[in-house]
Amino acid sequence: MDKSKNQKVKFIIGLTLVGIIFLMMIAGIFCTPYDPLAMDMSAKFAGVSFKHIMGCDNFGRDIFSRVLVGVRETMFVSATVVFIGTFVGIIIGTVTGYFGGWVDEILMRINDAVLAFPSVLLALLVIGVLGGGTHSLIIALGIAFVPSFARIVRGEVLRIRNLDYIQCVRLYGASHLRIIVVHILPNLRTVLLSSVLIGFNNAVLAEAGMNYLGMGTQPPNPSLGLMLSEAQSVIFTNPWNAIFPGLVIVMMILGFSLLSDAMENKS
Amino acid sequence: MSMLKVEDLCIKVHDKKTTDTLVYDVDLEMEKGDILGIVGESGSGKTMTALAIAGLLSRHDMEKSGHITFEGINLLEVERKVLRKIQGNEISMVFQEPLNSLNPLKKVGWQVEESLRVHTVMDKAEMKERAIQALRDVELDNPEAVYNSYPHELSGGMRQRAMIAAAMIIQPRLLIADEPTTALDVTIQAEIVELLKRINKERGTAILFISHDLSLVNSLCERVLVMQNGLVVESGNCEEIFRNPRQEYTKKLINAIPKNPFFKEA
Repeated sequence: MDKSKNQKVKFIIGLTLVGIIFLMMIAGIFCTPYDPLAMDMSAKFAGVSFKHIMGCDNFGRDIFSRVLVGVRETMFVSATVVFIGTFVGIIIGTVTGYFGGWVDEILMRINDAVLAFPSVLLALLVIGVLGGGTHSLIIALGIAFVPSFARIVRGEVLRIRNLDYIQCVRLYGASHLRIIVVHILPNLRTVLLSSVLIGFNNAVLAEAGMNYLGMGTQPPNPSLGLMLSEAQSVIFTNPWNAIFPGLVIVMMILGFSLLSDAMENKS
Repeated sequence: MSMLKVEDLCIKVHDKKTTDTLVYDVDLEMEKGDILGIVGESGSGKTMTALAIAGLLSRHDMEKSGHITFEGINLLEVERKVLRKIQGNEISMVFQEPLNSLNPLKKVGWQVEESLRVHTVMDKAEMKERAIQALRDVELDNPEAVYNSYPHELSGGMRQRAMIAAAMIIQPRLLIADEPTTALDVTIQAEIVELLKRINKERGTAILFISHDLSLVNSLCERVLVMQNGLVVESGNCEEIFRNPRQEYTKKLINAIPKNPFFKEA
């Protein structure tokens, strides 16, 4: 009884936070109170006020507007990264899990090799080859995210393919493609749902981290990680420059974690 | 020529370094309309034999030798395309666990139709009609309702009946029943055995019935194969083996039968 109430609270808090983030994203797409790139030297390091509710940075740019656009950017990058990771992961995972043999052996060893690299290092490597910018960031993080999804999918496919109902369908004479697409893939959804949410969280963090290192979005365009790194030199004199972007990242992570937690325990 | 002939079937598993032989030199023969029972304890290789006949053993680390001839085609050597045509069209199988043998995400009717969908071109209404007819044939009370329900909404016995319907919808010549009654309670067991008998009589489908329960085999089959450790230790007429078992192992199996309604006093 107590536990289900706990879940409900988690779900409501998570949903509220995610809702706020989505509102910010939509605002970031359509309208921001100020132009996030417009500099106003008279408002340099302006504090929190009704005019600038999150204050201004070292060029007098409105932090609230920049945060809105940054949220949009982060959501876009994370969603694309998770999509790439899941999509490629499903393909690799089903092929290796279903067919086994040397295909499995080769692909999974490559997978292990990729997994053995720290993902930040791997992403740095890819960006080093492709050059900076949002697109290479997406590709880099996408590659770094494939192996974990591939493993999860492979394990689940291995489990499902030995169940009697798959044997039954094989006996009916269905082709491999039909067995995989019609009979196995739909059964992956419960496992995928939670790993996608967790993966999304990791993607948000990775994106912020890469931007903090200056590997993704190029200035003057705003992104949450980049704002943090720009704010670190003035963190003691003008802490709001760092606090607000940081707070938004925390809200994102917390919101999605609580949501995935609540959903996982529900099902 | 007999419909199904298995000669010198050997199944070996290469696991890491050692080679395990699961089935040694199994021979069996079935005519159209036969009911053959295979009995034996767990691990005696009866399921492996059945899976080999069904063509479901295609794992890389497994070696199969001998011949499995079905209507003149060697199932062990034929290419997958031909095998797929035979599977489902000619040979069907019912598994042990009715819980695992239905996909939890799909409606029962959809799954019963699956082999029609794979093997024939048929419009939806016709397919539904066939499926409902198949469900009615296995004596399900409300075939329309079963057609539209999910596996978790059915009881074990109903699920097993639905499985038999799915296996029989394409009207195969051979039905392999791999311990179809093990997971069911005694009264349902009797009903399923009766159902299999009726299917055999009405449609002339040959049934390969695998069980570790000799009494069930005795009430259903004419001939029986007793397996132990991958070897056929005794085979022949069911009544006869029951009356005077030659092997110590068979005697033990017979003695292990608890007194129950199916037991025919020999």
